[in-house]
Amino acid sequence: MTVETRLAPLDAGCANPAPPVVLRERGQREVFCGLTGIVWLHRKMQDAFFLVVGSRTCAHLLQSAAGVMIFAEPRFATAIIEERDLAGMADCHDELDRIVHQLLERRPEIRTLFLVGSCPSEVIKLDLSKAAQRLDSRFGGRTRVLNYSGSGIETTFTEGEDACLAALVPEMPPAELGSALQLLVVGALPDVVEDQFLRLFGELGIDAVRCLPARRLADLPAVGANTRFLLAQPFLGETARALEDRGARRLEALFPFGAEGTTDWLRAAAEAFGVDRMHFNRVVAPGRERAKRAIAHSHERLRGKRITFLPDSQLEVPLARFLSNELDMVPVEVGTPYLHRELMARELPLLPQGTRISEGQHLDRQLDRVRADRPDLTVCGLGLANPLEAEGLSTKWAIELVFSPIHGFEQAGDLAELFARPLRRRDVLRV
Amino acid sequence: MQLAVWTYEGPPHVGAMRVATAMKGVHYVLHAPQGDTYADLLFTMIERRDRRPPVTYTTFQARDLGKDTAELLQDAIREAAVRFEPQALLVGASCTAELIQDDPAGLAEALDLPCPVIALELPSYQRKENWGAAETFYRMVRQLADKSLKPAPREGRRPLVNLLGPCALGFRHRDDVVEVTRLLATMGIDVNCVAPLQASPADLRTLGRADINVVLYPEIGGEAARWLEQALGQPAIRTVPIGVGATRAFIEEVAGLAAVDPWSALDALESRMPWWSRSVDSTYLTGKRVFIFGDATHAIAAARIAAEELGFAICGLGCYNREFAREMRAAAAQYGVEPLITDDHLAVEDAIRAASPELVLGTQMERHIAKRFGIPCAVISSPVHVQDFPARHSPQMGFEGANVIFDTWVHPLVMGLEEHLLTMFRDDFEFSDSAGASHLHAQAVAEPVAEASTPEGAVPWTEEAERELRKVPFFVRGKARRNTEGFAAMQGRTQIDITTLYDAKAHYAR
Repeated sequence: MTVETRLAPLDAGCANPAPPVVLRERGQREVFCGLTGIVWLHRKMQDAFFLVVGSRTCAHLLQSAAGVMIFAEPRFATAIIEERDLAGMADCHDELDRIVHQLLERRPEIRTLFLVGSCPSEVIKLDLSKAAQRLDSRFGGRTRVLNYSGSGIETTFTEGEDACLAALVPEMPPAELGSALQLLVVGALPDVVEDQFLRLFGELGIDAVRCLPARRLADLPAVGANTRFLLAQPFLGETARALEDRGARRLEALFPFGAEGTTDWLRAAAEAFGVDRMHFNRVVAPGRERAKRAIAHSHERLRGKRITFLPDSQLEVPLARFLSNELDMVPVEVGTPYLHRELMARELPLLPQGTRISEGQHLDRQLDRVRADRPDLTVCGLGLANPLEAEGLSTKWAIELVFSPIHGFEQAGDLAELFARPLRRRDVLRV
Repeated sequence: MQLAVWTYEGPPHVGAMRVATAMKGVHYVLHAPQGDTYADLLFTMIERRDRRPPVTYTTFQARDLGKDTAELLQDAIREAAVRFEPQALLVGASCTAELIQDDPAGLAEALDLPCPVIALELPSYQRKENWGAAETFYRMVRQLADKSLKPAPREGRRPLVNLLGPCALGFRHRDDVVEVTRLLATMGIDVNCVAPLQASPADLRTLGRADINVVLYPEIGGEAARWLEQALGQPAIRTVPIGVGATRAFIEEVAGLAAVDPWSALDALESRMPWWSRSVDSTYLTGKRVFIFGDATHAIAAARIAAEELGFAICGLGCYNREFAREMRAAAAQYGVEPLITDDHLAVEDAIRAASPELVLGTQMERHIAKRFGIPCAVISSPVHVQDFPARHSPQMGFEGANVIFDTWVHPLVMGLEEHLLTMFRDDFEFSDSAGASHLHAQAVAEPVAEASTPEGAVPWTEEAERELRKVPFFVRGKARRNTEGFAAMQGRTQIDITTLYDAKAHYAR
């Protein structure tokens, strides 16, 4: 099924005359499910444990996605449903209780336990929110028990993080009425990037800044009508809605990729917190200049190169904007598993006219288009990269964009380099 | 429910994918949600395959449930048949689709496709990857093999064999096939069909032409070979030629069944391994304690090599596939150890800790465990990671396989003369224990776990004895500590002093 729609302009005063055409497709998708987010979330939240309630497939996915690279015993595991569990539901809850006991005995330092729903647990309608409530009342003094779904029938790849963070929002303490404005940065960022942003906000004079997720879930930030939040990741629609339900207001901005995106993102906070414009420029200028200098190294190689994104992480639109606006690349097709129009309202108009945006996927038809377009670089999942390379098409693994630090001024050069490296490699190889 | 962090085997439909991906002209339509597409990366990344596995996933979503998942499956089957024009189509369900019971077999049959359809029923909540591969291969052979084919009269032609079991994502299957084919050619025997690896459905049709089936990997090819034995009367050879002794036995068995002279092969292709093992530098290998874990076939083969061909002492032996528990028990009894049959890697970790071996032979899980404990390790079995799909020819089977095994297992150990040099220079102020052996750069591990694991309530050490113990080279210190503590407990001593240390040394002297 393929449907073309024209995006209605969100803002009547928008200067962009022709909103981009969006190709909506349905068919085979080649994407990870939301469970994959556990691979980075468990590194970020150091007092949390993720227990997937699922099948052997779920366990196998996690170890394949993590590449069994993790040296220490990871803070995630799978409760594998077996034949005898499928016989009766009461049995399933007892079994889950037994496993959670076993786990918490082994890892007493865990402060938050996420029960993570999967495709099989959703299909057999195993009520994990009920299980979480029950276990929370049993262990609540020591370990908080929460749940969310990372199932592939409901979530695509990064939507797992969205579901996880949305599950944390009701746990955030209420901010006191009449308290001062608070800034909340939303989205799991590598610690080094988070620290850079916190330093910048500090220099801007915004001191009341908290992050969701917090590194230790034991100290979740408060939320209320005086909370203003910035999304650091574009895939956090549910979390944004949950925060808004608690009175928080989203600051609209470009996502912090590249010199321009990061400046715009910081500016949104500066304006909301009444930071003087001159002061803002003074604070931001050094980082912004560094970012531009770093990006310039890749400009020569990337300028004019055509790029296609296959749907993966929902980072596709902001990254295509960065590559076209700051590196003069030409986006051919920008595929995304889900196009969140509201969160992309600032980003979409900055894509060049005529960019083909596709939402959803029909894998074989999309690959036919890639073969017809022959872009210089295709951003795709791990299952597709080598096969496309073998067809003579250069690729970039999309998953690297989720695992590596790419946000902010100091990483802008690295981000550009991620796209430049496959092309440079292609140029140097003589085999 | 079972608590699992890492798993040795994936679900059974991954086994089916391994068969489909190994073959040519086959397509597999898998009723599965989008997340299950991760399995593609096992083949494209870990094995570095240059094309997508021939698999179409229906990728149904929550909103499809209870409405049109069956229709989705039929559409996917129809589209795949047109787009890929396979000689044979596999259809099946993954764990989630199994629960919604859409009946892939019936739905596929109703489509009246131009190619044979093999419907797979792989119970995801009971079975695992190897079983899934064996079952898939068996179903294909059963449905596709031409039962009317018989071997041609034997006069005036060379004997013909099938090689059964090599598969995608197998540990060194690619190279084993080359090695065994060469071995057989030297004996004047030709290969009729290798399957599943590189075979097409048309090739499976001709299986009956062979005189003998050679089961290289019983985990995958065993079930099909059993059926071929019954239905077509083809005898099967189940001796797996891993190691010098097993390769010789294999040659003699094949020669007997095929009525050819085994000596041509035995003379022409001798291995260097026996001499490498007898040469004096290998003396230090004698009695090295080795812990072996993997799939049953590779683990049992490794145990025989370790015991008979390298002179190691086996201190642990086990496998993760329960289907081969009987074979494993028999092997373990032969070496006087308790067999460890489990798919819980934490249990394996505990067993390794308790045995504190000097060498671990295992899968990628054991490699991680051994790395953490600072114990040398070599990989002998699936599951393996990308570095175990080497660019070079690196078989496990046949005489060249034995050479490869000697090199790979001995390399992580400290070499003969070097062991003495380390002792000699131990007190030199410029020498550091933790630097490790010279040929293993950047792998030094400060403190082997085995050394630090003095249990509660054990006999205490005097300070003097502790100091003396530190003079023992680091790579045998763990063993010295364990032996001394065992000896002290056995003797009922109240503390371990220098005398106890040397009494124990004398007691365990070999």
